[in-house]
Amino acid sequence: MWVEGNEVLTNALEIGGRSFQSRLMVGTGKYADNPTMVQAIEASGAQIVTVAVRRVNLDRSQDENILHHLSPDKFFLLANTAGCYNADEAVRYARLAREAGFNEFVKLEVIGDQKTLMPDVVGLVEATKVLVTEGFQVMAYTNDDVVTALRLEDAGCAAVMPLASPIGSGLGLLNPYNIRTIKHRLSLPIIVDAGVGTASDACVTMEQGVDGILMNTAIAAASNPVAMAGAMKLAVEAGRLAFMSGPMPRKEVAKPSSPTKGMLDQT
Amino acid sequence: MESHKLQINVTVNGQARSSQAGQSLDVLLRELQLDSRMVVVEHNGVIVRRPDLVETRLDEGDNVELVHFVGGG
Repeated sequence: MWVEGNEVLTNALEIGGRSFQSRLMVGTGKYADNPTMVQAIEASGAQIVTVAVRRVNLDRSQDENILHHLSPDKFFLLANTAGCYNADEAVRYARLAREAGFNEFVKLEVIGDQKTLMPDVVGLVEATKVLVTEGFQVMAYTNDDVVTALRLEDAGCAAVMPLASPIGSGLGLLNPYNIRTIKHRLSLPIIVDAGVGTASDACVTMEQGVDGILMNTAIAAASNPVAMAGAMKLAVEAGRLAFMSGPMPRKEVAKPSSPTKGMLDQT
Repeated sequence: MESHKLQINVTVNGQARSSQAGQSLDVLLRELQLDSRMVVVEHNGVIVRRPDLVETRLDEGDNVELVHFVGGG
């Protein structure tokens, strides 16, 4: 992108047989108003945009329906099963989402604990198996445990989405080692979902070698969501570019960058 | 034919509602001023595909859930 002939950033992200240019995916929740949400999403450069499935509020459906604000021709709508606490419920929401008629992808969430919003990994694997049989492309939101990630791969997920830290916490990447381990062990795309707080978190996360990041609160809850969306776009690109560039090895010793020879008065 | 004018009680998104026996889901959506392309309908726990909305009719005690996409992460 910035370097002539550099194909590092133009190499596409492939998920479930589809190809995407942007490695940043964004949510549509928690914005103060819809125009800000639309501007922030545009500034993020994201193509994949998550949405939730909820009852129509019979009094104000126009305002709430995301399709009145975001064009499904312009963005790839990724429905989630947020708020579901068991496999059956998540499967029900996924089926309803698919019936909306946009695509066969689902961001599968099965939450196990109301306080921490940590995933119920048993229910997650169970729901994945059902949905894969029904032809869904499942992108599974999970914790940063490699064994669960492997089970999800075996179950037929299209992508595995381990968390950086709890949903909406903004604590950033708490365990880079776990994320790297998942990336090394699986052959599926790994999209870090949840926990990123600011641009440096996004950059460090991409530097672990993951394929992308999904975030919502970090942008929506910033004082200036549109500007933060721009920062996140740059951070994801910078992190990806740095990872692909092969960073120097870390050493716990100093090594001068300038020549040690040629100093004055040397003999 | 008389039965078509019978009032029945149904539940729509958790709210009790009075309707006519045999009314189609398509008409229900129109009464609620909802565009069928913008919502997904579940009738007694079963998803009703859009082309089938016209043929699917309400009966006493039916439960209808109308969902759509809202902001989420």
